[in-house]
Amino acid sequence: MSNLNADPSIHIRRSELGRARGLGAAKSGLHHWWAQRVTAIALLPLSLYFVLSVLMLKGASHAGMVSFMAEPWNAVLYLCLIAALFYHLSLGLQTVIEDYVHKDSTRLATMLAVKGLIVFCALAAAVSVLKLAL
Amino acid sequence: MKDVREALMVGRNSQGKLVRRPISPHLQVYKPQMSSVSSIFHRITGVALGLGTLLLTLWLVCAASGDGAFSIIQAFLSSWIGLIILFGFTAALFYHFCNGIRHLAWDAGKGFELPAMHNSGRIVFAATAILTVGFWAVGLYIW
Repeated sequence: MSNLNADPSIHIRRSELGRARGLGAAKSGLHHWWAQRVTAIALLPLSLYFVLSVLMLKGASHAGMVSFMAEPWNAVLYLCLIAALFYHLSLGLQTVIEDYVHKDSTRLATMLAVKGLIVFCALAAAVSVLKLAL
Repeated sequence: MKDVREALMVGRNSQGKLVRRPISPHLQVYKPQMSSVSSIFHRITGVALGLGTLLLTLWLVCAASGDGAFSIIQAFLSSWIGLIILFGFTAALFYHFCNGIRHLAWDAGKGFELPAMHNSGRIVFAATAILTVGFWAVGLYIW
């Protein structure tokens, strides 16, 4: 045991409201936070690669684009980018919607529409990369 | 009272009268500061990059559709309006990238002191400008 006289509150990371309600953790709070950080770290190198690829493909013809994506590393890095980017976007927009859309029914409708659009675009982007690559 | 949480929003003013507590952030009375400005820019650029991601999707789908669709999107992106959109896209990307690193440092428990926070904020704005101008200098004149 460490120092018993120490203030116990510093060892228990809970908000005042959380302590007053005493409901305990909802068990899923950390997942959103952690997934946002993991995808952010993944996006550090991937977005730099994306920026470089955009410079390389500046004014490219269709044949140039096809030969770029035919390179397996490019296709794989683009698929990694799409996965991390759309996941990160989904988590970020979820927070924005939760902050600004207050009416429950509108919030649910907005959330479903935005998340649905994100899944649709992620699949469209991934299938396009695969079609160019294969 | 519609929501039980509103019970927590009741306070007393200096005369002892019951009042509703103000909801933070109170944008119309706060002076813009490095902390609030760099934070709201992170969110604005994040949402803007969401729109940029739609453009990325469109670009990839056009490329997969064939030569005709791809030449249309490439022509649009190299037009003036396309270049302005891409400029906004790169500026937002570099800001979100740099400020994201700042957020990850905070997550690691580093740089919370006010002077450090002001300093890193200034670095983020400067780095965004340098990276954006550098990208366009390379893209337009060198590459």
